[in-house]
Amino acid sequence: MIKVKINGQEQSWDGDPDLPLLWFLRDEAGLTGTKYGCGQALCGACTVIVDKEAVRACITSVNDVAGREVTTIEGLHPNGDHPVQKAWRQVNVPQCGFCQAGQIMQAAALLMENPKPSHDQIREAMSGNICRCGCYQRIENAVHLASTGV
Amino acid sequence: MNFIDNHRKLRGFEKHIRVEKVSRRSILKGLGVTGGFVLAAPVMSRQAFAYETGAGKMPHGVVVDPRVFVSVAPDGIVTIVGHRSEMGTGVRTSLPLIVAEEMEADWSRVKVQQAHGDEVKFGNQDTDGSRSTRHYLMPMRQIGASARTMLEQAAAKRWGVPATEVKAVNHEVVHSASGRKLGFGELAADAAKESVPSIEGLKLKDPKDFRYLGKGQVGIVDLHDITTGKAHYGADVRLPGMKYAVIARPPVTGGKLVKFEPDEALKVPGVEKVMQVRGWPWPSKFQPLGGVAVIARNTGAAIKGRDALKLTWDDGPNGKYESVAYRKELEEASRKPGLVLRQEGDADAALKGADKVIVGEYYIPHLAHVSMEPPVAVADVKGDKAEIWAPVQSPGGTREDVAKTLGIPEANVTVNVTLLGGGFGRKSKCDFTLEAALLSKELGAPVKVQWTREDDIHNGFLHTVSVERIEAGLDKSGKVIAWRHRSVAPSIASTFAAGTVHQAPFEIGMGLVDMPFEIANISCENPEAAAHTRIGWFRSVSNIPRAFAVQSMVGEIAQATGRDQKDMLLELIGSPRIVKPNVKDLWNYGEPQESYPIDTARLRKVVELVAEKGEWGRKVPKGHGLGIAVHRSFVSYIATIVEVAVDDKGKLTVPRVDTAIDCGTYVNPERIASQIEGAAIMGLSLAKYGEITFKDGKVQQKNFDDFQVVRMDDSPVLTNVYIVPPGPDTPPSGVGEPGVPPFAPALINAIFAATGKRIRALPIGKQLEA
Repeated sequence: MIKVKINGQEQSWDGDPDLPLLWFLRDEAGLTGTKYGCGQALCGACTVIVDKEAVRACITSVNDVAGREVTTIEGLHPNGDHPVQKAWRQVNVPQCGFCQAGQIMQAAALLMENPKPSHDQIREAMSGNICRCGCYQRIENAVHLASTGV
Repeated sequence: MNFIDNHRKLRGFEKHIRVEKVSRRSILKGLGVTGGFVLAAPVMSRQAFAYETGAGKMPHGVVVDPRVFVSVAPDGIVTIVGHRSEMGTGVRTSLPLIVAEEMEADWSRVKVQQAHGDEVKFGNQDTDGSRSTRHYLMPMRQIGASARTMLEQAAAKRWGVPATEVKAVNHEVVHSASGRKLGFGELAADAAKESVPSIEGLKLKDPKDFRYLGKGQVGIVDLHDITTGKAHYGADVRLPGMKYAVIARPPVTGGKLVKFEPDEALKVPGVEKVMQVRGWPWPSKFQPLGGVAVIARNTGAAIKGRDALKLTWDDGPNGKYESVAYRKELEEASRKPGLVLRQEGDADAALKGADKVIVGEYYIPHLAHVSMEPPVAVADVKGDKAEIWAPVQSPGGTREDVAKTLGIPEANVTVNVTLLGGGFGRKSKCDFTLEAALLSKELGAPVKVQWTREDDIHNGFLHTVSVERIEAGLDKSGKVIAWRHRSVAPSIASTFAAGTVHQAPFEIGMGLVDMPFEIANISCENPEAAAHTRIGWFRSVSNIPRAFAVQSMVGEIAQATGRDQKDMLLELIGSPRIVKPNVKDLWNYGEPQESYPIDTARLRKVVELVAEKGEWGRKVPKGHGLGIAVHRSFVSYIATIVEVAVDDKGKLTVPRVDTAIDCGTYVNPERIASQIEGAAIMGLSLAKYGEITFKDGKVQQKNFDDFQVVRMDDSPVLTNVYIVPPGPDTPPSGVGEPGVPPFAPALINAIFAATGKRIRALPIGKQLEA
């Protein structure tokens, strides 16, 4: 039995310990905010925060996060008012929106580590997250806005 | 009590809208066949019937009935139905916003309800072809105006005053003479009893009184949900007892399963069943390819189970498809005469007599859509009833195809449309939905079929592959006197009809035969090409190769004659006029020529606007260059300037992009900007990296590592968008797709300006590193 804390709640899993965290979150725990985009850590749609670090849930097994604390988009802020979320809305970032949970989690992790990232630091840190609609200019502006106060 | 109490019939609008029932929309659309009737829609200005659109020719046409689209609850909440699919364009906000504008509803008290697939009730729902605003601006205004009129009439009756004395203002109806007011909620029950007013009597708002239209200050309705993980995509549907499935499909188009060994797969924890999925013979339209499904308690187990399957395939007739050889075939075909589609003057003679002939042979490979949400669908089939939840661009077509595939009446099929995690044309084909329906029927349980990214790339409906060969003849003064364009590419029609070797009217109408230059001798030809994989619509479709070739050629002519690119472009466009190509039944994006002619004044204007705002001719640092391109597509006009920087190792970056768009009358300029910003990224992706190749009939790429798209670190640093203000009666035109085509040629022209290297084959890849 693997125990893992997700958004502050203890969850347990007695199935395949190698099951990717992504599918545990989505299909077993019903937390569908975290998205599948590639399964190979190439697109960042499944980004969650484990302890204080952004990780790709598609190549992280449930076993890897045993006893650790996982934060998904649903748990980032109780009312959805994390500065990154607010900035996203202010800049009207999303088009289709499918990648945005991953983008927001990556940006939140970036700001925990580096509260005032430069233009180049934002572009570098966010480059693991693909947006096929092409919202990059707005994502960059929103991260900048979140870092300077929304 | 609300307005939705009798939605069975159109009322009051029959005179102007006739509904045609079309059973095979895909063929109709796919092959550019037209039929049916024309919707006469009034204009943006208040009463006149100044333009017509092709909306009435779409399957099931247009429904204009407030009782279908609007309901008002006693608490005043107004619910407006969005009947098109939301895949990122903002249409789920824009169309209801038009209704709210006209009915004087306060947007903060409006809820948007997504329509299920039912085209008899809602009218055509195909969200493709950059058509939604174009076809629905006026019908949505009429719906809003009807609802407003009914509310006003109800208030007038309540007060016993003439309806002309009352006015709806911001969610209430006011009688200014007596100072009385009633909220929309208080009037809902009475308004529902009012008859729907006739179209002739409707008073549309004066555009100067608009609160929302054209302003761009309303965020998309799903914004909060998207940022909090609550937005509901196809992949997010969960039903009690639902099984999770992934499918191993034939690796070669037209291939068949010979045998499969399920034993190892069944040993994977969580795997419950392995079963065969029915496939249809090639060309299979939108029907499933067949294969072997692994059913599990979660998607991760299903994927792991599929990896453990032992499969033997018969690759069939396309097993030798190979991209290097196919490119040579296309190139050779382009060097010989082909089916002549447009002929003006005598291009052969003029080319022979020309002082100089410039030849450009351009290659654009297959592309995959790779929407961030791969195809996915949930089906629950019970007896002769089916319910579907899916991210589909064609809810009506999906309903038809599910019914046909299961052999049940269409009325027994419910298609719930979720948000789409990107579409770009891939989700106009409902094969993934049909797979889910077949599996659910056999299992007797709800099933989710999830395509992996590898499935998406291996078994898609790819953008075609083409060679575009242009020969331009110049006289002694450098004036272009002859133009011959041969386009060779497998057609989308090949997905529907075996033996297809020529492109369909809707493909040749995308930048080949509608070429707008003022040249005396023109020949447009289409040599034959056979398809060896599934070809489908990809955002902006054949406009990608055509704009790339035509606008690169403009750069080549400027280069050969030592002229400025923009001046050369304007000279070729020539005088402001309506272009009438000598083409039999010219396809014009399904729109009548009268409302949507090829207008070179508008084409010139976007070039001039982008040149001015984008500071064409500005001094750029060493290693940088500017390029320009313009293209009319989806009856909109778009010009783009790209500034490129190429360092001494050949690394390419894009410091700045400027784009001007004339899309006629528009609804939400903020979403237009976002579409154009995104189009620049998609244009850069396809120009820099985009290439799907085949070997032994199989796609060689598998995921985002070998089919790359632009990421933030190589996206344009700054993209500016300029929207041409519309004239009072300019019909609305497309926005979702037309931003893509001009990007690649503008980039290629910029690379030439920066480096002196002329790139004729996409993607750029490592060509600058040599």
